[in-house]
Amino acid sequence: MIKENFEPIIGLEIHVELKTKSKMFCGCNADWFGKVPNTLCCPVCLALPGTLPFPNRIAVEWCVMLGLALNCDIPVFSKFDRKNYFYPDLPKGYQISQYDKPFAINGSLETNTNQPINKLTNQQIRKKIRIRRVHMEEDTGKLLHATIDGAKCTLIDFNRSGMPLVEIVTEPDIRSSEEARIFLKKLHQIIRYIGISDADMEKGSMRLEPNISVRKFSRNKNQSPNKLKLPNYKVEVKNINSFNFAKKAIDFELDRHISILEKGEVPAQETRGWDEKKGITYTQRTKEEAHDYRYFPEPDIPPIRWTKPQISKLKAQICELPDKKIKRFIKDYKISEYDATILTDELETADYYENSIKYQVSSKKYKGITPKIIANWIINKKTDITKVTPEKLVNLISQKQQIVQMDDKELEAIIQKVLKANPKAVADFKSGKQQALMFLVGQVMREAKGKAEAEETKRFLSKMLN
Amino acid sequence: MDLYKLTITQASKGLKEKKFSSKELTKSVLARIKSIDKLVKAYVTVDEENALHKANKADKLLMKKRADNPLVGIPFALKDNICTTDIRTTASSNVLKDYLPIFNGTVAKKLKEKNIVLLGKTNMDAWAHGSSTEASDFFTTRNPWNLGRLPGGSSGGSAASIMSDMTIGSIGTETAGSIRQPSAWCGAVGLKPTYGRVSRYGIVAMGSSLDSPGPITKTVEDAAIVLNAIAGFDPYDATSSPKKVENYTKDIGKKIKGMKIGIADMYIESSQKNIQEKIYQAIEVFKKLGAKVKNVNLVDPQYAISVYTILQRAEVSANLARFDGIRYGYGRDKFGEEAKRRIMLGTYALSTGYYDALYLKAQQIRTMIVEDFEKVFKKVDVIIGPTAPCTALPLGSSKTSPMFGEVQDILAEPSTISGLPGISIPCGFSDGLPAGLQVIGPQFSEKKIIQVAHAFEQETNYFKEKPKL
Repeated sequence: MIKENFEPIIGLEIHVELKTKSKMFCGCNADWFGKVPNTLCCPVCLALPGTLPFPNRIAVEWCVMLGLALNCDIPVFSKFDRKNYFYPDLPKGYQISQYDKPFAINGSLETNTNQPINKLTNQQIRKKIRIRRVHMEEDTGKLLHATIDGAKCTLIDFNRSGMPLVEIVTEPDIRSSEEARIFLKKLHQIIRYIGISDADMEKGSMRLEPNISVRKFSRNKNQSPNKLKLPNYKVEVKNINSFNFAKKAIDFELDRHISILEKGEVPAQETRGWDEKKGITYTQRTKEEAHDYRYFPEPDIPPIRWTKPQISKLKAQICELPDKKIKRFIKDYKISEYDATILTDELETADYYENSIKYQVSSKKYKGITPKIIANWIINKKTDITKVTPEKLVNLISQKQQIVQMDDKELEAIIQKVLKANPKAVADFKSGKQQALMFLVGQVMREAKGKAEAEETKRFLSKMLN
Repeated sequence: MDLYKLTITQASKGLKEKKFSSKELTKSVLARIKSIDKLVKAYVTVDEENALHKANKADKLLMKKRADNPLVGIPFALKDNICTTDIRTTASSNVLKDYLPIFNGTVAKKLKEKNIVLLGKTNMDAWAHGSSTEASDFFTTRNPWNLGRLPGGSSGGSAASIMSDMTIGSIGTETAGSIRQPSAWCGAVGLKPTYGRVSRYGIVAMGSSLDSPGPITKTVEDAAIVLNAIAGFDPYDATSSPKKVENYTKDIGKKIKGMKIGIADMYIESSQKNIQEKIYQAIEVFKKLGAKVKNVNLVDPQYAISVYTILQRAEVSANLARFDGIRYGYGRDKFGEEAKRRIMLGTYALSTGYYDALYLKAQQIRTMIVEDFEKVFKKVDVIIGPTAPCTALPLGSSKTSPMFGEVQDILAEPSTISGLPGISIPCGFSDGLPAGLQVIGPQFSEKKIIQVAHAFEQETNYFKEKPKL
């Protein structure tokens, strides 16, 4: 529980591996997950002497598209830089990344918050999280620690080396672990909508690094919360591979920071790891050990200059994003915000829903089926959209509807018959025994031989009994 | 007839006319290597067996009249920083002493596709750090004109092998001066193309924003023939130019009458008196050929030394990071003095707090120098000047100064940091040592500087002089 006089300050760094066909700077197959080590590499991603990077155009365009989807500005001029550090999984001794001229800057993403629903407008409180930048870089190889012939050793698998990686950095606008979780889910959804990555946490194609600190809460009402001074320290947590772990790690850190701050001390600026088994974070690297990455412009790749038509073309390639889709679904299909939100959770479901409606409209046979009914079937009856085609679904609804739309008079006749045959149950119901009603419903349905629908029968029965 | 003495043009003609076979030519050159390379020490590796095998293959093509280009069957030497799958590629460093690449650098690939006969790989300053070959981790190459003198560098082995007739054609690489300065000191023709005209893929990187491979040959025409074979866009090098490749031999022999040639006093005065004399004589030759010689003002080349040193060291410090001791068989302790010095300086220049004062400022001055040349090339077609400040220095000279290379290359640095092409040709002799004249042109003006250099070469005939070995 966060004490009232402390305010969490949270920013997020998210790495997303793109699902391009080839790697970032060479022609190697990018479908590396689960492949035999060192079978998907070439002189370039092994960084053999004399090799040079040739940027993957699609990867660069996807990075820009994500920037656009996150409402970023796309600077006309951009470039790659070298980030210098030594690590055995980094064969060049530097990572090609972007430093001061990233592909996308100054964006924002609006999300729902965990704040209570506003009763007056019946809407959830929304919050804008600012995006500082979206940039492109390359992934490293993987180290495998093993014991071979009794000797401990480290093996290097370069299959992942040179995979295209996009890094998204938010401003420290997040104020709770739940807000962070909601933001991450929304970001994950958008990435999957644009179709640039599986963003599969288990495979590591989406990696989360929260930056956490806590400040004494002293908000002046006239002051924009984002203009308040940030705490003079920050802790970065690495190795997190699920949204729930991110939430847990943030909560763990917030508690830790507050207990330190309450003692009048300041938490150390450091990088910490997340131990998912123990549910705790632990020190990895302190401020003193921080790298000087000696960034400088990558001389092997000419700077990128965008033209306005190029950017517009990329913008046009972005599909309708969830927020817009929800609004359209509510307006066009007269469904609730709740239903629209569920239907748009994944693009596949949203497309399935719309294809079903399209079929219903075009075939003209199914006039009684409304978009609302189709929505109910997908949401409440949990239609398996991978097995039932939209056409089949509409057919199915239609069949069931014909049954439900059994003639009212026919149903009334059956009910009359059942009521006559069961005077005791009728008496019981009238004396207040609710179970009696359910008994009668059962009897009616049996008499109707499956043609009656439970809800409908119950409604009729109640009416006639009263 | 001593076949090894031939130029590419002559050898190619002889092969086509069946006056001799590639095998005979190759054997002649290999015998020459055997007899004098123990003195000159130009080669790191000679692969006789492979060379003869390739010569046989070339002869078959020549027999069937399927030789589609002038390089079929021509013996070549490549600088040892150009990756070749058949010969180890060391960059004359102990770190890569036993490194056999699994791919051919684009230049090597293009030449191999033209069916050259690869004789071997030539010595250089380790990692191309230097202007003497004294910084080679293996041995120092000697100047063929005087074995007590340096051949220059870093492509010293390529220049020495060409001028001692131990190859017919050769390739060097230049970051700043490494093709032109050894060519000047050895009396060869050295052509440094526009940055991006020839692919850098498969060349052990030195200064990535500067490196340019190019021919070192016996004549200007040979240089043009080789450039025709190696120039062009490469999908493996994002900095290679998509600009269409010209036929670089096309304007050879065309008169240069009326051409505007610029001279900058600052450049001429940066060289020693004996060199200055040769340059003034050369100016008279150009006037006689009908060119209009004009004085131009260029930024003092001194500034280029600082800019070049900072940018190149910064790039070197990152480029050598991959030799981290995990692969290639040897650790970082195998780096020589010069490599270590450059890594240290580059690392320092890029460190937080120094980047703005050093690297960033150097980039800004680089832009100024680029613009300076652009301004001047609105007034003149080409600029001529001395290639190097002096003739070949005695062995041991580079050991006294860690900035030896930068000072030697002062006259190449401004044009190289601007990415311009330049060609060095012999312009006379002083105390038995060749002096070099360079012709610099705007970006992608290789055809023009070749035309100008060729006119001078044919008028003066210095290229006909050969060292006595």
